[in-house]
Amino acid sequence: QLFFSYFKELVGKEVTVELKNDLAIRGTLHSVDQYLNIKLENTRVVDQDKYPHMLSVRNCFIRGSVVRYVLLPQDGVDIDILHDATRREARGG
Amino acid sequence: MSWAGPDEILLSTSLAGFLDKKLIVLLRDGRKLLGTLCSFDQFANVVLQGACERVIVGELYCDVPLGLYVIRGENVVLIGELVIISCAL
Repeated sequence: QLFFSYFKELVGKEVTVELKNDLAIRGTLHSVDQYLNIKLENTRVVDQDKYPHMLSVRNCFIRGSVVRYVLLPQDGVDIDILHDATRREARGG
Repeated sequence: MSWAGPDEILLSTSLAGFLDKKLIVLLRDGRKLLGTLCSFDQFANVVLQGACERVIVGELYCDVPLGLYVIRGENVVLIGELVIISCAL
């Protein structure tokens, strides 16, 4: 639930989602759900030449289970707030 | 249970916004299936109408027609909305 809330805060920001199959997609975070499924808008694939089938895709739904990394903007994180939330979550869990 | 209204669909992460749209579904085994979304569920199980598999080799591609397909959600990597870009030939 912590990361679900965290990602909800990042809606509207530019992120790069790297998948377990090595595909990396840059886009605007449109929405996230309890499974950490991600919907991205305005998508561009990082290595476009390697994945020609993705050229006409502008919005996509990414299943949470296939995400390896979500790369965030440097200033997208308030570290202190994240630390506090983590401590709270750890105490409650 | 109440159905999500059009506003909620636009803001949510469900696949409802993709219904009746032409999609490309990437599978875990590397296959690319194209088709129109008929149905889905919470596991991302998906029903595609007029499905075809796009086989790409270098610069060339070809579509293998498959018909009506039910895809188990655990095999789904990504579902992308295809925007048909028409270009002057």
